[in-house]
Amino acid sequence: MTRVDLQRLTKIYPGGDAPAVHQLSLTIPTGRVTALLGPSGCGKTTALKMVAGLIKPNEGDILFDGESVLGTPPEKREAVMAFQHHLLFPHMSVGENIGFGLKMRGVSRATIRQQVADMLALVRLPGLEARRPHQLSGGQQQRVALARALIVEPKVLLLDEPLSNLDAHLRGEMRELILDVQQRFNLTTIFVTHDQEEAVVLADQIALLFEGQLQQYGPPHVFYDRPLSERVARFFGGVNFIPGHKRGEQIETPLGLFQCQAAPLSDGTVLMTIRPENIRLDSNGADTNVAQGRVNSSVYMGTHARFKILAENGADRPPIMLEVVTPAAGVNRFTVGQTVKLHLPPDKIWLVPVER
Amino acid sequence: MVGLLLPFLPLLLWSVSHRWYFPAIIPTEWSWRAWGYVFGTNSQVLPALGYSLIIALATTLVSIIIGIPAGRAMGLYRFRGQSVVRFLILAPIIVPPLAVAMGIHIVFIRYGLANTLPGVVLVHLIPVTPYVVLIMASVFANYNPEYEAQARSLGAGPGQVFRYIALPAILPGIIVSGLFAFIISWSEYLLTLLIGGGQVITLPLLLFSFANSGDNALTAALSLIFIGPAIIFLVLTSRYLTGRHAAVGGMGRL
Repeated sequence: MTRVDLQRLTKIYPGGDAPAVHQLSLTIPTGRVTALLGPSGCGKTTALKMVAGLIKPNEGDILFDGESVLGTPPEKREAVMAFQHHLLFPHMSVGENIGFGLKMRGVSRATIRQQVADMLALVRLPGLEARRPHQLSGGQQQRVALARALIVEPKVLLLDEPLSNLDAHLRGEMRELILDVQQRFNLTTIFVTHDQEEAVVLADQIALLFEGQLQQYGPPHVFYDRPLSERVARFFGGVNFIPGHKRGEQIETPLGLFQCQAAPLSDGTVLMTIRPENIRLDSNGADTNVAQGRVNSSVYMGTHARFKILAENGADRPPIMLEVVTPAAGVNRFTVGQTVKLHLPPDKIWLVPVER
Repeated sequence: MVGLLLPFLPLLLWSVSHRWYFPAIIPTEWSWRAWGYVFGTNSQVLPALGYSLIIALATTLVSIIIGIPAGRAMGLYRFRGQSVVRFLILAPIIVPPLAVAMGIHIVFIRYGLANTLPGVVLVHLIPVTPYVVLIMASVFANYNPEYEAQARSLGAGPGQVFRYIALPAILPGIIVSGLFAFIISWSEYLLTLLIGGGQVITLPLLLFSFANSGDNALTAALSLIFIGPAIIFLVLTSRYLTGRHAAVGGMGRL
């Protein structure tokens, strides 16, 4: 139960031309899971290591419950980090690995043995104390690494790519385990990932970083519904961007005039965006917010179908390629070359600024 | 193991021979004279053995204390001027020791280190340290310092990190480089002669003077004593030279 505040945190590596982390300010809520998300090299692991105390920031401050921890060395900070490649100590058994943190704190052997057994049961690996790390599967190693971090009852749990080394079927299992222990101990958890899906399924809050700078911070759905920029939208799978000119609640585009309700930007040049799953191809009744198009290609995806549609509005305007996702049955209703009407519901249209 | 010890059989025979001339296959007359001299009350051998052990162990210890941080810097980090530093570390192996020792001798006389045991240990560090640093650098090149960060985060202080994480990982390298250091120091002749100035008599010094005098029995006995500790060290550390715990790759199993 610890709130973590990052205040204008900046890290510049010697010899690096751009800061790895630049003026990062975040309030990480207590007892929740927060993801630091971004492509590789965006500074997210650096930020995590600064919270753990393993890297000293050049500027800024880190507060746990309002108190600066910058002067606290990592071993006293009670923010335990589990590294990406689980890093089980190869010369120790599984039991010694899990008990390592307690041994360093001078806990008695009998207590350690008991707590190690409890922890192994918690991560569903009971009785494996005597095994060597290399005798375990990748998923088991990851769970041992989690147990090793949890046993010292940290105030803040820091996880670096906790699911990235796992097969698809183990990911779900590990995800449930992390959420289970996180809720059981009500742990403030921060994890780093490059995979937006992983962030969405695991996190209560996502902080998206590009090139060391915070792009957007909020619960997962805002990154789909209300991205702050074209880059953020693209990172979360946004593909439809239509340049336009905003005037009040109307946007003039090459595809015609569109109504939008969400209008956070001032009038002028904007990019109109709508997620593929929100465009409707069966716009029988609607006559506003409709564009003409021709099916260019279709892909059947099992649970749904994905279309590329060339939308146009008269020969003098450039056509725009839009992607549309429909339920799987749509693949039989719309064939390549067919003319369709695209309905873009006003409440699903979102605007982002044009990037220079 | 038998094959390893076979070359010492002639030495053993020589050391107990009194008369052994061609074409006899084994000595024609036997004698314990050489061994009697070696362990006799007026013998110089036992004090020399003591000096040699003290010097070799001290040199080994100091070179490892230098070699761990130096090897870590060379193996783990990339820094400006690293190739120059690497060359300077190797220089004592390349430059003829005599050229260096003459200059050092003058400095040592000025500081009262000539003809003393610490002086000999210091001068032995010149040929020994490069090997220790090189071996430790290769050990650290395969070392993942993230393990230390992980241990810190789990609650280990800097001292505990060294004791429980770094030391077990680099121990094979320490043992192998210690073996090299011991053997190089143990068999050093020229530098001991120059800096020891006849005051610090080690086994190689005695060995050379006996070999010069042409007393084959005594030379053989002394050679066996000289080889003994090196063999013992080699046997004790062999499991770190080869096989699963090997510090140096590509050497296979003995």
